[in-house]
Amino acid sequence: MSAATLPRQESMEPQTQLASMTRPLLVILPFAILLLAASVLPDWAVQVPKGWTIPFVDWANTVIGHLRDDAIFGLFSFRDLTRGIAELITWPLAFVEGLLVAGFPKLGIAAMPWVMTAGLSGVLGWYLKDWRLGALAAGCVAYMAIFGKWELSMITLSVVLVAAPIAGLIGFGIGILAVKKQWFEALIVPLLNVLQSLPHFSYLIPIAVFIGVGHKAGTIATVIFAIPPMARLTILGLKGVAEEVREAGKMAGCTRFQTLWMVEIPAARQPLLVGVNQVIMQCLAMVVIASFVGARGLGHDLLFRLQALKIGQALESGVAIVLMAITLDQLSRAAAHKQPAHAATDATLLERFPFLAAALAVIAASLLLAAITPYAQAWPAELALSTAPFWDALVDWITLTLYDPLQYLRNAMLLYVLIPIRDLFQSIPWTAMVALVAAAGWSLGGLRLSLTVSGFVLFIAFAGYWERSLITAYMVTVAVLLCIAIGLPIGIWASRSERRTGIAKLLCDTFQTFPSFIYLIPVIMLFKVGDVAAISAIIIYAMIPIVRYTIFGLRNVPQEIVEAGITSGCTQRQLLWNIRMPLAFPEIMLGINQTIMFALFMVIIAAFIGTKDIGQEIFRALTFNDAGKGLVLGLCVAFMGLTADQLITAWATKRKQRLGLA
Amino acid sequence: MSEAKIACRNLWKLYGSDPAGLLRRNHNNPSIETIRAEGYVPAVRNVSFDVMPGEILVVMGLSGSGKSTLLRCLARLIEPTSGEVMFEGRDILAASERELIELRRHKMGMVFQHFALLPHRTVLDNVAFPLQVRGTDRHSREARAREVIELVGLKGREAYYPRELSGGQQQRVGIARSLAVGPDVWFLDEPFSALDPLIRREMQDEFLRLQKVLNKTIVFITHDFDEAIRVADRIAIMKDGVVEQLGTAEELVTCPATPYVAEFTRNVAHDRLLSVRSIMAPASARTPDAAAVQAQALLASVARQVLLSERPVDVVDDGGVLVGTLARNGLIDALYGKEACA
Repeated sequence: MSAATLPRQESMEPQTQLASMTRPLLVILPFAILLLAASVLPDWAVQVPKGWTIPFVDWANTVIGHLRDDAIFGLFSFRDLTRGIAELITWPLAFVEGLLVAGFPKLGIAAMPWVMTAGLSGVLGWYLKDWRLGALAAGCVAYMAIFGKWELSMITLSVVLVAAPIAGLIGFGIGILAVKKQWFEALIVPLLNVLQSLPHFSYLIPIAVFIGVGHKAGTIATVIFAIPPMARLTILGLKGVAEEVREAGKMAGCTRFQTLWMVEIPAARQPLLVGVNQVIMQCLAMVVIASFVGARGLGHDLLFRLQALKIGQALESGVAIVLMAITLDQLSRAAAHKQPAHAATDATLLERFPFLAAALAVIAASLLLAAITPYAQAWPAELALSTAPFWDALVDWITLTLYDPLQYLRNAMLLYVLIPIRDLFQSIPWTAMVALVAAAGWSLGGLRLSLTVSGFVLFIAFAGYWERSLITAYMVTVAVLLCIAIGLPIGIWASRSERRTGIAKLLCDTFQTFPSFIYLIPVIMLFKVGDVAAISAIIIYAMIPIVRYTIFGLRNVPQEIVEAGITSGCTQRQLLWNIRMPLAFPEIMLGINQTIMFALFMVIIAAFIGTKDIGQEIFRALTFNDAGKGLVLGLCVAFMGLTADQLITAWATKRKQRLGLA
Repeated sequence: MSEAKIACRNLWKLYGSDPAGLLRRNHNNPSIETIRAEGYVPAVRNVSFDVMPGEILVVMGLSGSGKSTLLRCLARLIEPTSGEVMFEGRDILAASERELIELRRHKMGMVFQHFALLPHRTVLDNVAFPLQVRGTDRHSREARAREVIELVGLKGREAYYPRELSGGQQQRVGIARSLAVGPDVWFLDEPFSALDPLIRREMQDEFLRLQKVLNKTIVFITHDFDEAIRVADRIAIMKDGVVEQLGTAEELVTCPATPYVAEFTRNVAHDRLLSVRSIMAPASARTPDAAAVQAQALLASVARQVLLSERPVDVVDDGGVLVGTLARNGLIDALYGKEACA
């Protein structure tokens, strides 16, 4: 087979090469003409004229104002309603917080002793996977106590423990409805697309308007932010249930309700639990950022210390957040992968329920310990260890020894790379940008795609933030290019052996669990504030998907084709460039797509360290509670992401089909 | 003859934007060219047949021939475009959802190609599932499930989860589940296709053993002609949604109705398929003392005796009563020469 097809491919090459060369040229041509002719173009074709701005912001604010102030239910306004709903969340929050850290003073009941929390986490880890995970979970909890982060971390944990089930259930409900009702799916899926590409801050502004600021508002923001991934994974999971299994349910005589609850949902258990994992991680990421609207806990602590430029203490909080992220991720991941196994029929009660027994033993032992020594109830503050001096020393050392080279690097980056590219971006006429996107859309997916993506770009142009958007685009472009330049070789290197792949995957998984905000700490440490720092933060964060997808793509090239290459006498290098890379390329492009999305998320968060792009505007909107502006700016960012997403996905799908991979 | 258990009449299933309209516009019988030209996909075209009580009807066809769709139309897992499906004389296409559910809870069982077991339930709970959804209490449904599990030879594996079993064992669970409610009609959709050849053969034997005990009315789908011959009372061969021929294995082999059927049956060893009865000539009178052959014997087993005999050999039935004769040239014609039918 392969021997017969190989020569034919060779002979077709000149032809396809010609075709594949002319198409991109045609796509770039209008863009190139407009760009080169920028100096002779009329002003309106270069800069979006002020008068052309469509007042999206005012419209949005009118609607929001109407919702906020006008009594629409006769007795109370929409804002009263949202605040009332928000009030409901305080009960479970108070309960979990009381259990974990605050206790119930009115009832005279103390909180769980920290040894009990640590012990129960250990049993949970052991139950879900093995003793190692148990040790990790127990160790991380103990770290919080011993290193003086107990209260903050338990407050953060309570928010996650309350927000995740609520968000999970709502997302689950939305997902089920979408699978069962086609009209609802048609409505909700595009909405989910936009919601999942909105930057974190865009969720905070409406929350601030309708609910206010504070811990409660932060919790609500966390809930809302975590709903879309659960809804999406529910849809995916239920649709992934084999048709045969559904038919087996029907043939057993299930009613519709029985089919859903007894067949489809249990059969989709694994993807649903992956959804739960996503929800938990999104909740943690958001609760850190929600500190901007007053959520308490580790995030608030981190924000406060970063603002005061106390890097050592900020790092300490950062480490606590990272440990919590790793623990929560590993536990929920283990739950998703846990497979049922049968128990021996002659087992004793203890053998059958070893974990329940262990948990009961832990509770009894820790209550006893807490009665004997107060150290087991709450770790005394005066004995708390601190790593801050160590981190501060490290920062000082870096400042002392690396100050000059870092300054040099930073200035060189700015002068020779960033500023020229920024100027280039700002000289691009907006008409050229629209032409480029429209042509690319037309070439990849026909008229429909072309209209969709140029609609996105036109929205950004007429929303009145074109220049800011260009700065965002420039930062994302530079960061993504650097991500590719660094991440692609790493991915290729890691794909070479099973062991390297294992290591790289572990690192990717771990780094991906960190809330994005964390990545600001090291870059502030090295570059202080500004564009270089922002782009560095984006690169660290957004490199994960490109590495991951490169490895995945290269390792999933069909073995037969690789063997065909080896028997044809390819060297390792030829194998990589002639066989593995072309076949893995669509997958790598999807990785780049994800990298762009990650970069857009991060570029907005990087506004915190003083960039001049859309993120800064969103930040300002947050400060002034300007919900309309925040929403429109958020949509601008989302549409940038979606433009790239639509184009790249269309390309990759087409390419995969041509390669016979999809 | 008793009444058919399942009967379908002029059954159609077309995929496309308005299949019912297409049928109406073409006097309920569009040609395949018309269907394809208008952009519709033909799955089942004008299929009619009866399945008698206790009979095994095998529907055979290659992938895309519409055999699985046909089965799903009979079970009404898929809504046919037009036609009738009678189940014990009642039109199940007219049944309400409630009636359909009742029918499935008591009268129908189905086995699936990829087993379609519920991964989160033990063997016992999988088998008891159809009883559970119809509301049988735990005690009696588990008792019944244990009974069927023993019947399919899985005793001792009740507490296992499907992923802990081999493919053959998983399909035994699928079979046990389909039998749990004691159905009259048993649908099998390529039940052994996903199994290794050796296991497949073992499962076919197991299936025939079960059927001997249970005597269900069966519609069995396969793409494997050898399997069809092994298990079928009658075989329907499908191509492009149409039943090309419906008959016993012998009829298909000796008188293929279309070149397509002939293509399938060409490589079948006739002497291991045909019985003496199918080619014998009418008897004149019993030759005293001469050796006789059994009417239901396969030709391969009597070939030597018949070919070495100068004169026609007598054919007798189980009771030793003369039913026909078989001459040397008759045997040669059947195996190597002239077609046996007009």
